[in-house]
Order: sequence, then C-alpha cells, then structure tokens
Amino acid sequence: MLKSKTFLKKTRAGGVMKIVREHYLRDDIGCGAAGCTACCGAHEGPALEPQPQDPASSLCPQPHYLLPDTNVLLHQIVSAWRPGTWASVASSLRLPGSLETYVEQEQGENANDRNDRAIRVAAKWYNEHLKKMSADNQLQVIFITNDRKNKEKAVEEGIPAFTCEEYVKSLTANPELIDRLACLSEEGNEIESGKIIFSEHLPLSKLQQGIKSGTYLQGTFRASRENYLEATVWIHGDSEENKEIILQGLKHLNRAIHEDIVAVELLPKSQWVAPSSVVLHDEGQNEDDVEKEEEREQMLKTAVSENMLKPTGRVVGIIKRNWRPYCGMLSKSDIKESRRHLFTPADKRIPRIRIETRQASTLEGRRIIVAIDGWPRNSRYPNGHFVKNLGDVGEKETETEVLLLEHDVPHQPFSQAVLSFLPKMPWGITEKDMKNREDLRHLCICSVDPPGCTDIDDALHCRELENGNLEVGVHIADVSHFIRPGNALDQESARRGTTVYLCEKRIDMVPELLSSNLCSLKCDVDRLAFSCIWEMNHSAEILKTKFTKSVINSKASLTYAEAQLRIDSANMRDDITTSLRGLNKLAKILKKKRIEKGALTLSSPEVRFHMDSETHDPIDLQTKELRETNSMVEEFMLLANISVAKKIHEEFSEHALLRKHPAPPPSNYEILVKAARSRNLEIKTDTAKSLAESLDQAESPTFPYLNTLLRILATRCMMQAVYFCSGMDNDFHHYGLASPIYTHFTSPIRRYADVIVHRLLAVAIGADCTYPELTDKHKLADICKNLNYRHKMAQYAQRASVAFHTQLFFKSKGRVSEEAYILFVRKNAIVVLIPKYGLEGTVFFEEKDKPNPRLIYDDEIPSLKIEDTVFHVFDKVKVKIMLDSSNLQHQKIRMSLVEPQIPGISISPDDISNMNLNGPEKKKMKLEK
Amino acid sequence: MAGLELLSDQGYRVDGRRAGELRKIQARMGVFAQADGSAYIEQGNTKALAVVYGPHEIRGSRARALPDRALVNCQYSSATFSTGERKRRPHGDRKSCEMGLQLRQTFEAAILTQLHPRSQIDIYVQVLQADGGTYAACVNAATLAVLDAGIPMRDFVCACSAGFVDGTALADLSHVEEAAGGPQLALALLPASGQIALLEMDARLHEDHLEQVLEAAAQAAQDVHILLDRVVRQHVREASILLGD
Repeated sequence: MLKSKTFLKKTRAGGVMKIVREHYLRDDIGCGAAGCTACCGAHEGPALEPQPQDPASSLCPQPHYLLPDTNVLLHQIVSAWRPGTWASVASSLRLPGSLETYVEQEQGENANDRNDRAIRVAAKWYNEHLKKMSADNQLQVIFITNDRKNKEKAVEEGIPAFTCEEYVKSLTANPELIDRLACLSEEGNEIESGKIIFSEHLPLSKLQQGIKSGTYLQGTFRASRENYLEATVWIHGDSEENKEIILQGLKHLNRAIHEDIVAVELLPKSQWVAPSSVVLHDEGQNEDDVEKEEEREQMLKTAVSENMLKPTGRVVGIIKRNWRPYCGMLSKSDIKESRRHLFTPADKRIPRIRIETRQASTLEGRRIIVAIDGWPRNSRYPNGHFVKNLGDVGEKETETEVLLLEHDVPHQPFSQAVLSFLPKMPWGITEKDMKNREDLRHLCICSVDPPGCTDIDDALHCRELENGNLEVGVHIADVSHFIRPGNALDQESARRGTTVYLCEKRIDMVPELLSSNLCSLKCDVDRLAFSCIWEMNHSAEILKTKFTKSVINSKASLTYAEAQLRIDSANMRDDITTSLRGLNKLAKILKKKRIEKGALTLSSPEVRFHMDSETHDPIDLQTKELRETNSMVEEFMLLANISVAKKIHEEFSEHALLRKHPAPPPSNYEILVKAARSRNLEIKTDTAKSLAESLDQAESPTFPYLNTLLRILATRCMMQAVYFCSGMDNDFHHYGLASPIYTHFTSPIRRYADVIVHRLLAVAIGADCTYPELTDKHKLADICKNLNYRHKMAQYAQRASVAFHTQLFFKSKGRVSEEAYILFVRKNAIVVLIPKYGLEGTVFFEEKDKPNPRLIYDDEIPSLKIEDTVFHVFDKVKVKIMLDSSNLQHQKIRMSLVEPQIPGISISPDDISNMNLNGPEKKKMKLEK
Repeated sequence: MAGLELLSDQGYRVDGRRAGELRKIQARMGVFAQADGSAYIEQGNTKALAVVYGPHEIRGSRARALPDRALVNCQYSSATFSTGERKRRPHGDRKSCEMGLQLRQTFEAAILTQLHPRSQIDIYVQVLQADGGTYAACVNAATLAVLDAGIPMRDFVCACSAGFVDGTALADLSHVEEAAGGPQLALALLPASGQIALLEMDARLHEDHLEQVLEAAAQAAQDVHILLDRVVRQHVREASILLGD
C-alpha cells in the first residue's frame, strides 16, 4: 500500500516549497515470534524467545512479552542489562511501517500522541496476532508505559498496560530489581530541604542563540581532581583567547558533571579568580550545609596578583550530558533504616550521587556501579540508581575490574564473531602466503625482549656483506596479514587500540592465538614478518633501505640480560653473538648521532613488582634496570619507525598515519627553570638541543641524584605525543626524538596504529591491496582520535594498577621510613619522590580539625615555609610511608614528614604506638626539639 | 535534514523499501493521437511523458542529414511545477542540453538507425514531476514511445539509478536519497544482451564498490524490463482487440 504525504515547507531563502513524499507500507514484516506460522519467517534479525522466561509477576501470571514505550526503554535500559530478565524487550518492537499497524496523524493530534497511539495499535495487533497463532496460547503482550494518560487509554482499548514501577514491583522473584529503576517518578525528586540551590539551566534553543551571538561559550566541563569546588571548561573552537575558563563554587558549577558539554557565561573581570592550589575533598555527610559550602568557597579566593587571574565563568546550561555508569562505594546513611544513601564514586571528579536501595547493608564495603538519573535544582547531589555489584573492596579481581571500568578499557573476552576470523589451527605457511614475500629463513635472526615476554613483535639481524658494508634487518610481526581490514577482528582491535599491561595481567588487543602464537616471533618456527632492511657502512650511515614482507625463522629469543651476557663474554663467537655485537656497535653510533641532533634523554621512575607465584601478591619492588641491549633494540626500532614514516609519507602525503610530539610552550618549563635556579644551575629551554645539553651539564658533585631529578621534572614539562593523519596537520616534528617525522611500525601486536602503518607500507611497496577506508583521511583522523584516547587511558590504568600494587606491598610491609626528594612545592603540601621505590606521594601540612601551622608559600622560588623551616624543590627529606585505610574507597599511601623535624608537624621515627590509622581519629602529636 | 538515516538497521529505506526494491512503476503507451508514438510513465512520484515523431525527412538544415543512418534528435524539458520549488526552466539550459545529449547517445545505441538513412527521428521528453531518477524515467518513457511509433530497435532500453549507502547499494534512488549527496549511478541497459547503452556516475566511489553498485543497477534495470514488457504486451493486446483481429 502506498501512502503519500504532502506538506509545504518554507525555505531558507524565504520561498515556499511543496514537498511530496511517498511511503510504502509493507505486508512482509513478521512478528518475530519463533514458530509463528502466519508470518512464515518473514522476520529477520533477533527473534522473540519462543516461550518468554520472564520471572513470575504477580500482576500477570501467564507468560508474556513486554512492549515498553520509547521513554521507558530509554530511561530503564540499564535495568534491562541483567540478562534473562528483560531479554524479550528490544526485539518485540514492531516497525511502524507495517501495513496493519500503520497509524496516520490525525487532525489536531501532535506527533507524540500519534506515536503513543501507534504503540498502542501495535500492542493490540500483537495480542490478536499471538492469539491467532494457536488457540490455547496463553502468550500475552504487556504494554509498559510511564505516561499516565497513555496507560489509561490502553486499558480502555483492552490492552494490558502497567507502569514500569508497577510491573517491576510485581516481579516476586527479583526484589532487588526495583533498586535499579531509574527514579524518575515525581515523588522521588522531593528532597528534604526543598530549598532551591541552583539556578535554572537555560533551554537548548536559548543556549544555541547565545553561543551564536557570542554571549555564551561552549566547551567540555572538566572537574578538578583535587578540589571539588573547582572546574575548568575547555572551549571548543579555534580562538586563542579564553581557551580555558575557570569555574569556582558550587553555584557556578551548576550541576555540571565531568565530561559534560556545557555552555558558560564569562563573569566580569572584577570577579575573575586564579586557580587555587588548595586541595579540597567533599567529605561532609550532612546535606544541608550549603552555608558551610560558601565558607569554603571564600577560602579559595585568596589574594593573588592581577596577572594570575584567569577568565572565570559560570555554567548557564548543559548542551550534552556525558553520563556513564560510575564505579564507587556506598557511604551508608547514618540514619538507620533509611533507604536513601550517598554513593561516592571512585573518580574524584564525579560528585557523590544519592541512590535509593534496600540492600545498603549488603552493599556496604562492596564496589558497586551506579548510574545517574538526574540532578534536580533543589538537591545538593544528583540522583541515581544502583546497577551492579562488582565485589568486595580490596579484592584484587574487584579492584582490577574497577580500574579497567574507570579507565574505559574494553576488557571483555573476544566475541564469537571476532574469533571466527582467526586462522584455523594447525596453521602453516602456504603457497599463497609466499606470494609477494621474501624467504629470509636462512638469516641469523634473533629477538631481544624483557623476560617473560610472550608477544614478541620484533627481531633483528646484522651481517657483513661482500662489499664490506653491513646489512641490518628489523623484522616485525606481520599482524596485518591476519587482521584483514573491515572484519569483526579488525573492528575490535581498532576499538581496543592498544594492549594494556597491568601489573599481573595483560589485556590483549588481539586474541591470544595471534598475540602469543601466530604473530609472536618465537624462535625456531617459521613466522611471517614485515622486514625493514638497511645497508649501512661502518659509521652507521644508511646507504640503502628496503622494505619487504618476508618469512623468517628466529634462531634465538633472548632476554636483555642474556643478550648482554653474550656481547660481553669473551669466548662466544657464534653467529648470533657476532650479529648482536655488530648491532650493538651500530646502535651506539646511532644513539650518539641522535643525541647530537638534540634528542632528549628523559627519565621517569619505573618500578617492577616481583610477584608471588602462588598468590600473585607483590613481594618485592624494584626499579627497572637499563642495560646497553635495551637501548640497542630501542635504537633500531626508532630507526625503523623513522624510515617507515618517511616512506609512507612519501607515498601517501595526505593520509599517512604519523606520530608527533609537539614542543611544549615555554611556560611549561617555568617550574624546571625555577627549580634548577634554586640550585644555582641554569637550564636553557629555547630548543630541544640546548635543553638536552644543559641537562647533561646540570651535575652537582655533592648531589649525584640531582640530574635524574631534573630529568624527571623535565619529563613532566613535556606534551603528550599523539597520532595524527598527515593530511590534517602540517607540523610533523617529534620534539623528544628530534626527528622531523615519526610513526609507529614496530609493535603491531600491541598497538593498532602499527597495523594501519603496516597496511600503508604494504600498499606502498605493492605487497597488498588497498581498501577505501585506508585512503580516507577523515576516517583515519577518527582512528587517530580513538587511539590517542585509548593510549592515554591505558597509561592511566597502568599507573593505577601500579599504585594499587604499591598499596598491597606496603600493606604487607607495614610502616617504613625512607629518604625522599621534594619534587614540587604546593600551597599546603609538598610532593616527594622516593627513589628506592620510584614512588611519589604528597605530604600534607594542613589537617582537618587541627590548628593550621604557619605556612608561607612563595611562588617565585618556589618554596614553602612552615614555621621556621623552608622547603625548596629537590630538598632531601625523610618520610614515613604507611597505608591509610581510613577511607576504604581510596586506600592510599600516606606519607608524613620525619626529617627535618618541625614541632607539631613531623612525627618522630619511633612514634608509632599511639597512632591509629585505621580510623578517622586524629593523630596525636608529640612535640619534640 | 541532518543525520537522516537512509538505511535503517533493519534494512529499510526512508520510504519503507528494501535496498534492492524499485518504486511502483505504472506506464501507458499511446497517450497522444497526433504523434507517431507516445508514452507516459510513473516511477513512484517521478512522472515523465515521451513523444516520438519519425522517422521523417530532415527538418531545417539539410546538411545535418547522415548518409548511412538516421539522425536521432532528443529534447528534454521539465515542467515548471515538477519540483518542490516552482521554477521557470527555459529550453536549452545546460541541464536539459546535457540530458538531451545523454538520451540521444542512449537511443543511438538502441535504435537500428542504419535502416533509415538520411532521415530523422525526434524524441521529446518532458518531466512532469521529479522525485529522483529523472534520467531513468525519461529513458523508460522514451523506450515505450519509440516502441509505440514502431521504430525498429535492437532491444528495450531500460534504465535505473543506484546509489551507495553504508556499504549497501540502493536501487532506484528517490529525491531524498539523491539529495543526501552520496554517489549515484545511472545505467541504461539493453536487457536481453546485458549490454550497457549508457553509464554515468557523479561523485566519487571507490573502485572496489563499483561492481556492487553496478550489479544493483543492472538487476533493477532487468526488473524494469519485466514491467515494461508487460505494459507493451498489454497495449498490443488492447490494440489488437480494437482492430478486431
């Protein structure tokens, strides 16, 4: 049947357009119920369960399908998460394009009413249709809506209809399901205080008008981790000024939550503030302390010089909420039998959320997931509902799950669809594989990796040619041979972007079969590789570069230590050892050249845990050791990456995937320069080369660790290196490596960027065919964006994992005193680094409910004067480390000052007995000196 | 119209069709008595009228006559009321010139022109309502009109457009789908032999996808042929009844 719709539309130019559209109503859309003969299987896609397995409901005892209306589906989809309970929901929606259920908009009926009516017609049709299926069929379709009028009309028409709440309450088997209902009912919004705290959000149309005219600015809201009353908004767009706007105070934040897209209004200059360096956490249990809030806000506004003031604004409206389910813990209400509780998210940038639950006592001490439903104007906290229980706090599995969820690391097992694209085992190299491939199995290739590495993605060789030159080859696992563009495996690895290494776990980017077997360049097996082969002379100048797909057979997989031993030992003369020696010699020359060009050698303290093989608890902690062989492998990887970058950019100037490291703005270095000056050293930061040189010269005979500290600080000044598409940018420079062009080619097993680069290179040398997405720079830019995000998140997850294991380590170790160096000086704290553990921590000098010591902060030097003692950056101190379990959610390493001793601040080394860290009680201080 | 979903997850298009389905086609032959051949076709909301005169002596300059075959003269025009916005469309503007040229190329390939040397065949096409696929509608209408005039042809010429959305080829694009700006391909096919009389494409399409789109267009053109064939047979049956055979 054909329906034509005709309407008039006004065009932008002011003319009137007559639009005629036709719409075909189909008679071949099946109902989707399995075994329905009337539709003769016309339905495609997900089908209804033949016999709905819904839990018994007291309202409708016979088996039934649910038909939710759009609003219910949108808001309650989280409760549908639990497999089995609501599984029949989504597939039951019958398309409105069907002949029997088509509903025409009536005169005077608005679109919403029409849609409601269409759903009712569909429900009615379903009920009649299912009855037709077989006479004794008890199946029923139940209509779920939260719209009262809609429900009344449905009941009038003889359709069984309930509100969502009614239905869920009737499910006798799952009483906990009711906690998961998003509280949208009006009575849920009535909060005790009833006082309006926040100003109203403007409607979207007004915001858009304001943004167009420039009165409001649109940006991403980023809450501060350290201070819950402060946030910044990153303004979208290209304008240089007002890039970052500060928001201060609860009212100005106006219910925006981290990551939301908001519209802000700039305040007049007289009200501008500077970012405060105070650390503040929202800890009040009480909900009515709005006045106290204001007091705290006053505290932030400290007198500062004019030039420190930054553009300040307030949120006038939310353009797009970016809420997701949050992990965290329940802070049980003090009032007994109260059903409303506050939930504290693990991420400190997210405000606490009020939820309603009857199972508070079972959820206490557990990690749970909560979703936000809304934030009414009169509520201090947003309202949410309980979603999922993850497990006990402190359990390693729970904590790992939390940190993966919080850092948005996809970690589910690979789906069947993904696994179906894996090669079939047993796998062997076939004739077809050998096409466009060079046989390099005769070469003496070996791999050098950290101990215990199972995903070996690079191997090396070096041999002398007849003409006296050296041939050096870098062989990289040919992952792009297995991951074909566009299939599910490719999409999943593109989504994951990177392999995430946690302390005791690896979250693979590609399934295990590839990562640890078929792609891993293990010794003594034939493996497919992508080789980059140079001809070099003895002074490491590249004479010829060749790229080829190849088959290799690695002769040995060595660890860094083993390779080092071979190089150093006097009596080993086999092929592998000579090859390694040749590589090592060239690597040293390459490194020297690179440093001459101005590459930076930076430092960051890295630690490795020794795990107990049984319990996987950390038993010891060790800073990573660096050998010559580490830098040997690194050097050739850099060389390969640079060579490949040049090649793919030459071939695909518009859509090569490259990696750049922007030079940091000079202001980033301020802290480094100031810190060095306090030690009478000068750090030049105008170019990378001068920075590298002045860092090399910055030595102090009395303080050997100073140089490392300076390098650690310099690392903090750097920008993030990012992937980008060459057609979308014109600055390719890699600052840290002092290379004009760079990419990632050498680790395709654990980075998706390398897979793309492999594909580009394969096309460039004619070894593989191209596909449309590869040469689409916008698609490539999207991939880059995702990769950059995943890499950043993976890094954070790794750090969080290290932090968690450090806690476990100190939990077993008890309290220790260690030497530390001051890295930064803050207004009310110092940040110290303990070289022995590579551990960084903050020593606070202000505590709640205690008279504040006299603190004088000098931003220029920078230094902090406490009573009579002055702290400078790089000062050596002694701190006591212990695990602070007073806050179960954020168990943290707590440090307190031991030396130098300051009366009332520091604690004496042996004064442990009268401290109780397991409770919120205050510490008793012993006055000394 | 931002974010218009041309192809839903369930595989339905904006107007409820599936990817390979044509719009409803209705056609009539012999709509005018004074012309040698005429036809009217509706493809969904696209409506076209074709009139054929000839073969006859060359009109105008004799120099245009071809010694070995007939001259095919095509003129395309569209009505002022054919689109949403009322617009005067003078004869001889670029668009109609181009369309005329394309039609001419199409029918030179299909009509057995060598049977009528030094003569002329005129094909006039007018679009009364344009809702996408005007070229295809014109070709299909003209085919019927040429058949109606009894001019010998190698085969029917059946045309259909096709587009490409989200990895799927869509047949017989409507105006909404055309306006979305994806690649679109117009194909005129001699269905019996599968020979291509004309193939035109605007916008960029990756080589790898071309075959898929071409396939969809060809299949659609074959479907059009079945329908046109039915119309012709029906017309002939009616005519023969009228003649009293």
